[in-house]
Amino acid sequence: MLKDQDRIFKNLYNDMGADVKSAQIRGDWVNTSELTAKGRDWIINEIKDSQLRGRGGAGFPTGLKWSFAPKEVGSRPHYLVINADESEPGTCKDRDILRFEPHKLIEGCLIASYAVQAHACYIYIRGEYFIEGQKLQSAIDEAYEKNLIGKNAAGTGWDLDIYIHYGAGAYICGEETALLESIEGKKGQPRLKPPFPALIGLYGCPTIINNVETIAVVPTILRRGGKWFSSLGREKNTGTKIFCISGNVNNPCNVEEEMNIPLKELIEVHAGGVVGGWENLQAVIPGGSSMPLIPKEKCETLTMDFDSLMAEKSGLGTAGIVVINNDQDIIKCMARIARFYKHESCGQCTPCREGSGWMWRMLERMAKGEATKDEVDMLGDVTNQIAGHTICAFGEGSSWPVQGLLRHFKKEIEKRNNLDPIVQKKNNIPYLVDQHLLDKKNA
Amino acid sequence: MSLRRPAKNQPETFEFNSSSMEEANKIVLKYPEGKQQSAVMALLYIAQKQNDNWIPLAAMKYIAKFLDMPYIKVYEVATFYTMYNLSPVGKYFVQVCTTTPCMIRGANKLVEACKEKISDKENELSNDKSCSWMEVECLGACVNAPMMQINDNYYEDLDKEKATEIFDKILNGQNPKPGSYRGRLNAEPENNRKTLMDVKNA
Repeated sequence: MLKDQDRIFKNLYNDMGADVKSAQIRGDWVNTSELTAKGRDWIINEIKDSQLRGRGGAGFPTGLKWSFAPKEVGSRPHYLVINADESEPGTCKDRDILRFEPHKLIEGCLIASYAVQAHACYIYIRGEYFIEGQKLQSAIDEAYEKNLIGKNAAGTGWDLDIYIHYGAGAYICGEETALLESIEGKKGQPRLKPPFPALIGLYGCPTIINNVETIAVVPTILRRGGKWFSSLGREKNTGTKIFCISGNVNNPCNVEEEMNIPLKELIEVHAGGVVGGWENLQAVIPGGSSMPLIPKEKCETLTMDFDSLMAEKSGLGTAGIVVINNDQDIIKCMARIARFYKHESCGQCTPCREGSGWMWRMLERMAKGEATKDEVDMLGDVTNQIAGHTICAFGEGSSWPVQGLLRHFKKEIEKRNNLDPIVQKKNNIPYLVDQHLLDKKNA
Repeated sequence: MSLRRPAKNQPETFEFNSSSMEEANKIVLKYPEGKQQSAVMALLYIAQKQNDNWIPLAAMKYIAKFLDMPYIKVYEVATFYTMYNLSPVGKYFVQVCTTTPCMIRGANKLVEACKEKISDKENELSNDKSCSWMEVECLGACVNAPMMQINDNYYEDLDKEKATEIFDKILNGQNPKPGSYRGRLNAEPENNRKTLMDVKNA
């Protein structure tokens, strides 16, 4: 288990209070100006040395992302945008940072803004987190009062203004370009990349977009050194991470742990074990709903980091672990996730808009045992027609969980759905795909 | 995609009152000059708050003029985002999360409680017209599942009995206390904490 002194978020459960005084006792804002005085290149190199990867799901190296910002500010100002549109089912880590460690985030914003030369920072919070947004706003007000942000923020000589922008219930706005569209006051429909936001982003200006957790760990990394951060975890999967363990466990919780921690340790030690014992485990979704599930056999030895989960054809994503035990109907669970994606598709690309509905309807039929034998392969075919054929990664995000189900629980689906593909009068089930046969019968 | 349509009965006019106007003017200042369109989402929230938690078409037209942008763009935004209510909802607006992490911890029991206490159907006002409920997608409090949101507040770690108690309170015009209903501290592992022990109750 990670030692307490190596934990970055010491107030994860709000034992100490989130106000600026308590935050200063925990070490925030102590020597911010000394850190920035070492220069932009030092900051970016230190972050590169720490091998910090983005905590929002894709795991892109943060130092590298910052180095994409133009070196000189041209006619267009630079922006820093913080993605706090946490909507991935199974994930609730950013909420606790916004509520209980807002000053880590604000200080991180200042350092990151300095590194990418932005004078304005927008924090995009999902609309449902209204109370969390208010708590962050009062922390921002406190920081303004104490001159920690604003003109000559915290004595760094850098001017920074931080604004909160509320979303309004669209999952897709967690996609970085949809988020920018949303801040510009439009529908949240993703843009084509390239051009990447680092060159053409918010209002057409260079913009760096980072997740809340990524930015909130930056000040601590700079204080304790990139070497310290990279000594935790393993090569290319370094540092600590907040894991959210939900579902059929005895004590669902958020906990900050070292990367590469065994999944079994997370569940057994921190979350109090699976409901009904480890033997009752059916499958685990390791990184938020868009990551393919992993069956019990593999959970025994699985370690939680980007690369080891990739090797299992899944991913760390946001590290929202959903534990599903044998009391649950796995097909129903996945059908509900498919319904989520059907509801949240932005409607821009046809394969995703139509396909997400198809996947949902087919899985609902399969959960009830109403599907025919050939529909199982057809479902796989639908997922392949979505993944890779859309503007943003939502296409992959919606089809991966279904592909994961097909990969590991195909037998279960086939056992329940063994109807013949020919229309039979005694099955009074409306056909999904053989509509033309029904039409003929009606004619 | 979710299908959303404006209500049939629409008021003729809409105007910001003085406090809304003050708030709106402040929000426009957050964005660079000439980019006032960015404020549209916040202004829709203000209109919704002023107009009993829903947005009439007249308000969209008003906001379009206010921000000097085409009406259709405001309409697009209002119909795209699901948190803008396009038809009247109860003064107490209950949203029950039923996505998988909540579902496997028994969110359907909360839906049952809604049906018994508030109304048979989603988006239908209760008998005293004060309350309505709907199923929503993940609200982002998965380790505190099952949970629901009433207006701005989260009610966590629920079961059917506790949800029923909460509904009894709001139907009597009281404001029940938000947060965990099993008495645990935020997102900590209940009775099983192994980390940050020296700061606990410090």
